[in-house]
Amino acid sequence: MQSQTYIYDGTFDGFLTAVFHVFEFKLKTVNIQNECVQQHGLFSENETITTDEKKANRVWVGLKKQLSVRGRFQLYYAFLSEKEGIENVLLDYIRYAFTKTNADKDFAHPSVLKVAQIAKMVGREKHRMEAFVRFKLTQDEIYFANIEPDFNVLPLIEKHFKRRYADQKWMIYDIKRHYGLFYNLDKVEIIEMQFPEHFDFTKTSTDIFAAQEFEFQTLWQDYFKATNIKSRKNMKLHIRHVPKRYWKYLSEKLPS
Amino acid sequence: MSFQRTQEKLKILADAAKYDVSCSSSGSKRANTNKGIGDATGMGICHSYTEDGRCVSLLKILLTNHCIFDCAYCVTRKSNDIKRAAFKVQEVVDLTINFYRRNYIEGLFLSSGIFKNADYTMERLVAVAKKLRTEENFNGYIHLKSIPGASDELMREAGLYADRLSVNIEIPTEQGLKQLAPDKKREDFIKPMVKVKNEIIQYKAEKKIIKSTPKYALGGQSTQMIIGASGENDFQIMQTSNHFYKNYNLKRVYYSGYVPISYDDRLPKIGSEVPMLRENRLYQTDWLMRFYGFDVSEILNEQHQHLDLDVDPKLSWALRNLHEFPIDVNTADKALLARVPGLGMKSVYKILNARRFRRLNWEHLKKIGVALNRAQYFMVCDSNQFERRDLTSEKIKGLILQNSTSKYRNSLSNQLNLFS
Repeated sequence: MQSQTYIYDGTFDGFLTAVFHVFEFKLKTVNIQNECVQQHGLFSENETITTDEKKANRVWVGLKKQLSVRGRFQLYYAFLSEKEGIENVLLDYIRYAFTKTNADKDFAHPSVLKVAQIAKMVGREKHRMEAFVRFKLTQDEIYFANIEPDFNVLPLIEKHFKRRYADQKWMIYDIKRHYGLFYNLDKVEIIEMQFPEHFDFTKTSTDIFAAQEFEFQTLWQDYFKATNIKSRKNMKLHIRHVPKRYWKYLSEKLPS
Repeated sequence: MSFQRTQEKLKILADAAKYDVSCSSSGSKRANTNKGIGDATGMGICHSYTEDGRCVSLLKILLTNHCIFDCAYCVTRKSNDIKRAAFKVQEVVDLTINFYRRNYIEGLFLSSGIFKNADYTMERLVAVAKKLRTEENFNGYIHLKSIPGASDELMREAGLYADRLSVNIEIPTEQGLKQLAPDKKREDFIKPMVKVKNEIIQYKAEKKIIKSTPKYALGGQSTQMIIGASGENDFQIMQTSNHFYKNYNLKRVYYSGYVPISYDDRLPKIGSEVPMLRENRLYQTDWLMRFYGFDVSEILNEQHQHLDLDVDPKLSWALRNLHEFPIDVNTADKALLARVPGLGMKSVYKILNARRFRRLNWEHLKKIGVALNRAQYFMVCDSNQFERRDLTSEKIKGLILQNSTSKYRNSLSNQLNLFS
């Protein structure tokens, strides 16, 4: 039997639309792929799915009846992991969810457990970004931070930062995925920016950032050093909490 | 703000505050109001970790390290020859706000040496918190130290601006306190603790009737004990801890392995090792008391006054109580599951849910994340493979240690070498 491959546009709605088609045509073997990472199978038939909000909503409403809030969160979180092949795990999860209520709590089911575990990884990354974002004040009075998370967590952290920094303009830019969030004191917008070629995101350039920025970075570095207890040194634990891949944008971890 | 002077002060006063281990920034419900700055509704966030592996969540500083007391265990004791400094109220406010805006911290942890007298010191701490709340519209987390001997009126005011208040009893027994801090009395610590406890109860009761009742220390109270400075055993420490949890409704008791800072004969010598492993075992016991349904007397009692260093306290308890095992993972209730070594509360939650769908076997448990290395000797599941030999406690312990690489193996072998 020829297998079918659905190509979708990478959005969550696009994915749910593809799921809708799977159910509509009662497909047994199907492969759902993001258009950005598509690979052509030799013997498969490709079909591009046009995102349809109505179809996506129908799937989501159906899932609402079957899954707990936590289960739905896990589904969305796992989707944002952008892991290769995650769509097919999620499809299996959704199929199972439509056969059993509260399926999201069946942790002995391979797809349910997998989704729960990946969702946990994404949740951890979300929490890390809430911790590791380091704003730098620009000359235009915008608190700017760049991030490079493993997973696409910007949609998940928007609410946290909006609630917390309600009285300052801020921007968080994902330089791996080339988009960011900008809060203009009223609402949060999704933006795409052009940075000069060879722009060094680990440096605090005086052309862009406010003069007092350096003072606060220095104070923060001093504080970070002073609060450490040398006789308790435990680098293994330190690195487990702050993995090295995050160091380059943490001012306290930069060589001074 | 003069940069150089602030920098100098920050170095001194952060260094002096670092032995206070409380770092919590959770448990409050202070939401951002009127588009102000900050929010303390969610879970706590650790913004960074120092090289000792401890979290940096709050800007933890002393207002001043001038102190009229001479407690042997303390770096800022009067007789210690160190640089002294003091922040102005406005300096602390500026630092807090600017660090917070850059997402460095969750808020402020402000403690102080005692200068002039208790009330004078407490007044200054309250002034910082008040300024942050009322002038800067700051809704981040504030943790203030309750200064022993401060008046009831000041303690009441402190709770209105702070999310958490704490007073450190430092030495687990009154006898030890008398020896190391002759100027201080246990009652002085207890008095502000009682005041805050009663205020919390009262404000909570009033809030049920009148919704506009202001928030009062929503993050509760905590305290800290120094471990290994005054010769107490684990039984004494956990008894004291239990006493404070029960009688003063504390949110947390922290255990701080003593870092030698003095040549005083009454204390461990400079250069002697910080008892980090012991500290870790005490925290594990604390967790067993608060989240796993253990009574402290099950783990530590007249017969067992010391925690094992080579295995965790739950395993140690299970090895002494083999008659309670094995339990059947597919039928045992939550309280029993929580007592199985190698099962954390997250695994318990997953097991309770998953077994509604099917009977669980070893493969399921392994995938769920159960530490089978320990758990396998204490449970049966949907499998005909289980431990049939009638093993003694010593044998089980040996098998478990053989198959594990404890993160503390190094420090443990060092400590054992001392006695061999």
